[in-house]
Amino acid sequence: MFDPGDDPGPDFAALLKRSGYPARGPGVSLAPGDGRGSVDIRHGTTVVALRFADGVVMAGDRRATEGYSIAHRAMDKVFPADRWSAVAIAGAAGPAVEMVRLFQVQLEHYEKVEGTTLSLEGKANQLAQMVREHLPMAMQGMVVVPLFAGYDLRRGTGRIFTYDVTGGHYEETDYQATGSGGRDARTTIKLGYREGLSRTEAVELAIEALYQAADEDAATGGPDPVRGIYPMVAVVTADGYEQLADADVAERFGQLIERIRSERGTPALAAGRDALATGGDGGAATGGQAMTGPGGAGTRPGTGGRRP
Amino acid sequence: MTMPFYVAPEQVMKDRAEYAQKGIARGRSLVATTYADGVLIVAENPSRSLHKISEIYDRIAFAGVGKYNEYDQLRVAGVRHADTKGFAFSREDVDARSLANLYAQFLGNVFTHEMKPLEVEILVAELGTDYRPDQLYHIAYEGTITDEDRFAVLGGDAQTISERVSASWREGWDLAEALKAAVRALAGGRSLGPGDLEVAALSRHNGRRAFRRISDGELARLLGEPPALGSDPDGDTGDSAEGEGGATRAAGAEQAGSRAGASPGAAGRAAGDEGGQDPTRRRAAGGGGAGGRLPREGD
Repeated sequence: MFDPGDDPGPDFAALLKRSGYPARGPGVSLAPGDGRGSVDIRHGTTVVALRFADGVVMAGDRRATEGYSIAHRAMDKVFPADRWSAVAIAGAAGPAVEMVRLFQVQLEHYEKVEGTTLSLEGKANQLAQMVREHLPMAMQGMVVVPLFAGYDLRRGTGRIFTYDVTGGHYEETDYQATGSGGRDARTTIKLGYREGLSRTEAVELAIEALYQAADEDAATGGPDPVRGIYPMVAVVTADGYEQLADADVAERFGQLIERIRSERGTPALAAGRDALATGGDGGAATGGQAMTGPGGAGTRPGTGGRRP
Repeated sequence: MTMPFYVAPEQVMKDRAEYAQKGIARGRSLVATTYADGVLIVAENPSRSLHKISEIYDRIAFAGVGKYNEYDQLRVAGVRHADTKGFAFSREDVDARSLANLYAQFLGNVFTHEMKPLEVEILVAELGTDYRPDQLYHIAYEGTITDEDRFAVLGGDAQTISERVSASWREGWDLAEALKAAVRALAGGRSLGPGDLEVAALSRHNGRRAFRRISDGELARLLGEPPALGSDPDGDTGDSAEGEGGATRAAGAEQAGSRAGASPGAAGRAAGDEGGQDPTRRRAAGGGGAGGRLPREGD
């Protein structure tokens, strides 16, 4: 119970501070400098969001890295923020997941205390405040950059918001990707994007963007058919948040890989190897490619051989 | 220098109890019952926006009767308690028992230490799990806590309504049957339509957040009324129910007064206060067209 003048209202983060919950962020002090030399912090990598006719698609790979090693293969980076919005994270995994947890409770808390939901813009602002509060830790190397997307019930459209470490948030018109493989993912979406994509097209484009990011970026994980781990894809429409089933995502990846194969034609080197190893379903994709990509030394001029 | 008069503690407590009972009796009553899929809560409340029943946490609902501002403050405190606990530990660790104890302590404290007791009676309902049955905690204005596993009635006319519910209560009844029985019990001889009721349920089939409101079309359908009647004479039915509601409330106040052996002056005051105490009523009379057309998450 608070006095009327002292009441935190529907703000859960303020309530936590008031009740002396262990401070996040500024209380923690790492080694001076960027902190990266002293500890390898667990990092999450590539997430993408794009708008389509009925809402937004959000997807993220599943890999977390600590320095140069893979720390976790099945990390979730896309979360439902509430029924009509989703948040995806890239950056230092620990504080990022904690931020999402706080954000989820914050939205639900507001809804229960006030009896109505926040507007989508209001939710985006809330998240911006959390990112801003995290700035001291970001300065020490623990950067968290979320991506927020949702269905705006009042406007009847999907919307995407991006953030920078200072808590600045910007609305994107069509698509955005962030994290270490964000650049490659963004380029892929840019090439395939048009206004009014269907749901299926948007999901396929997001999947292709993650595939291409995993192809170029060491810290981004591709599909992993050996363990049955596939990127997470969520769709937010007027009907709410929905996460695609793994089997569905796996099937689309299979189709994508088939398509890429047929478009490329089979390289001579890979064809020879395929003859030896029968039944390899092209799935080991990126994991294998990092070591001995079919495109590597054999087909692409300029690598290996020509080096002085 | 003046010496304060000595007042025996028994008298102080009795006066406070009487005061609180009268305040509560002025409002309208509420019935909560378990049914096949969870817990159903039915309140007489013509307002669409000032709720008597609300969500606290995933499997916990709150309901209050009496003074709106007082139970609403308790509701918010409950949401804060539950959310903080769930955030600090885990969602599974939030349970109604600890919340009910907290409310009981708070109400008890206010009752003994403050000038004025809270004029509220509250209910904390929890949807059971495989290893825990559905539970209803009924907490009175002075902090008395009772746990029920069948049904609970809150409000001035609790005794009578309780007898009516008890007569028809059946283990494992379905939503429509439970709802109709609860409405009959609340109404007594009157007729209560969808417009006079606030209904919500904790349902086992509603995902993580079990709380959902049952309103408008669905309510009319469950009550087995033709939908046209619900939308048609908004003012008319509202008014007539209002009058009758007032009558029972006055009767309730008198009953409370006589129970506690009130002076005629006190009874007069209760009658005079009438109508000013329940903001949910005034607001509704003022044309509650604020209704959110948008789908809301709580819905």
